[in-house]
Amino acid sequence: MTAQLLNEVTFFVLAVFVGFEVISKVPTILHTPLMSGTNAIHGIILVGAILIAAGANSPTTIALGLVAVTLATTNVVGGFVVTDRMLEMFKGRQQPKPAAPADAKK
Amino acid sequence: MTTVITLAYLVAAVLFILGLRQLSSPKGARNGNFTAAAGMVIALGATVPLLHFTTAGIVIVAIGVVIGTAVGAIGARVVKMTAIPQMVALFNGVGGGAAALVAVAELLKGGAHPAFAEGFPSVFSIVIGSVSFAGSMVAFAKLQELMTGTPITYPGQQVVNGLIAAAIIGFVIAVLAIASIPFSFISLMVLALVLGVAFVLPIGGADMPVVISMLNACTGLAVAASGFTLNNFALIVAGTLVGASGSLLTKLMSDAMGRSLANVLFGAFGQVQAGATAAAGAAQARSVRSGNAEDLGTLLAYSQRVIIVPGYGLAVAQAQHAAKELADALEKRGVDVSYAIHPVAGRMPGHMNVLLAEANVPYESLKEMDQINDDFKNADVVLVVGANDVVNPAARSTKGSPIYGMPILNADQAKNIIFMKRSMRPGFAGIDNELMYGPHTIMFFGDAKDSLTKLVAAVKAA
Repeated sequence: MTAQLLNEVTFFVLAVFVGFEVISKVPTILHTPLMSGTNAIHGIILVGAILIAAGANSPTTIALGLVAVTLATTNVVGGFVVTDRMLEMFKGRQQPKPAAPADAKK
Repeated sequence: MTTVITLAYLVAAVLFILGLRQLSSPKGARNGNFTAAAGMVIALGATVPLLHFTTAGIVIVAIGVVIGTAVGAIGARVVKMTAIPQMVALFNGVGGGAAALVAVAELLKGGAHPAFAEGFPSVFSIVIGSVSFAGSMVAFAKLQELMTGTPITYPGQQVVNGLIAAAIIGFVIAVLAIASIPFSFISLMVLALVLGVAFVLPIGGADMPVVISMLNACTGLAVAASGFTLNNFALIVAGTLVGASGSLLTKLMSDAMGRSLANVLFGAFGQVQAGATAAAGAAQARSVRSGNAEDLGTLLAYSQRVIIVPGYGLAVAQAQHAAKELADALEKRGVDVSYAIHPVAGRMPGHMNVLLAEANVPYESLKEMDQINDDFKNADVVLVVGANDVVNPAARSTKGSPIYGMPILNADQAKNIIFMKRSMRPGFAGIDNELMYGPHTIMFFGDAKDSLTKLVAAVKAA
């Protein structure tokens, strides 16, 4: 196992635990926005898509790169925008009732 | 230079983690989304110095980004609130597809005999990414009602799915041990797409949220695997975070439905369908009590405690504003009104809260199931608007029922139940609801919005 692979495996394992810990207590009302938010985060595949598309030099890689970048960008942009739209609703309701967030916390 | 890039990726990873943390609490949820988006911008910016553009490369990246941004932004902006679940499925699917294509491109570059440490993550990403893509598209089609929401089953289905899975494993071995040639990994991708479709077909529309959440976690893992292939820290960490938190979220969602994940994915829904449909058919002949707006308005106006149980039907009819109007009219008369929100009301956990928030229903009036279930027996009237399966007593009593064991709202314990419905058609799970024939139940047929508006008028007149 190379040093690089070892590093990568380390990051992977630690990230698994962080992923479990970070959302352990999430109220039901936030399940959908949270799913949508994580959905946007895996749009990070755009980084990979751009890495392969940038160096495209044959018809096959051009086609693959173009489709991959388009799909990944849709994932990122759509994911964050739709999540924001959902959460916008929650915010609108809190303004008239400043006490609401405090209630929600306990 | 690489140090700077790696540090920037680290910052992005920290922002993703903070974003997820904020997204898990009602107070900071919206900021959490911005935090994660900032992480994304930093990760993308840090990648730029790594790129060695060819001319064609610049052009396709530009075109791809422009098209993707337009589709994503417009799609997410114009979609109706009721259609958000399928939109999430769509955005998830395209991410999985992108991960699979990135892996294909890497395998093409890697020659016929890639090292195991590169080859394995690539085939993993192709298989999981393709399953996620195809599965999400079927989930989208079911929720968008482009195809039937009822489970599609046929004899020997599990065997067929098993054979597809076995063929996939065969091709995985072929790519890794014999030769990584386009024929083998393209076949692998096609088989994985078929498996994605075959896997989601037998799952009912009501279970789609759980399926989408699971496919979301899968896409995360596929992205992480692509990170191993490309030796990219940002992909590994962000993908794994989504894979892990998405898996946990999937479990939380199936828990909220009172079912195990295995039961949702492979279970009862498909098998008992025939029996349930027969029961629904037999029930058509049974009689129900139905009422008119004036009587029901009077009943509501002279109650002390009213609980509204909203469901997907309310969302479809865009009746959340009319429901709020009715609640306001009742509250003006001193009636205590609250909303009972089942964990899976609407088509996704939290969906109904979002819709009612849109109609400015105050946060304190929305009660979760555990908070309100003991109050139903003190309620004078329960108003069921467009909900069905979540108040079906069969979940408590009928062993063979597809929803048996799902926690339900105790609407049947109230003194009076007004059941608003378009028709006697069964709910999303495709089964009949005993509550409609109950001695304290009055059916009020019609479009949810029209009916509520009529009730508002009747309450004001009473």
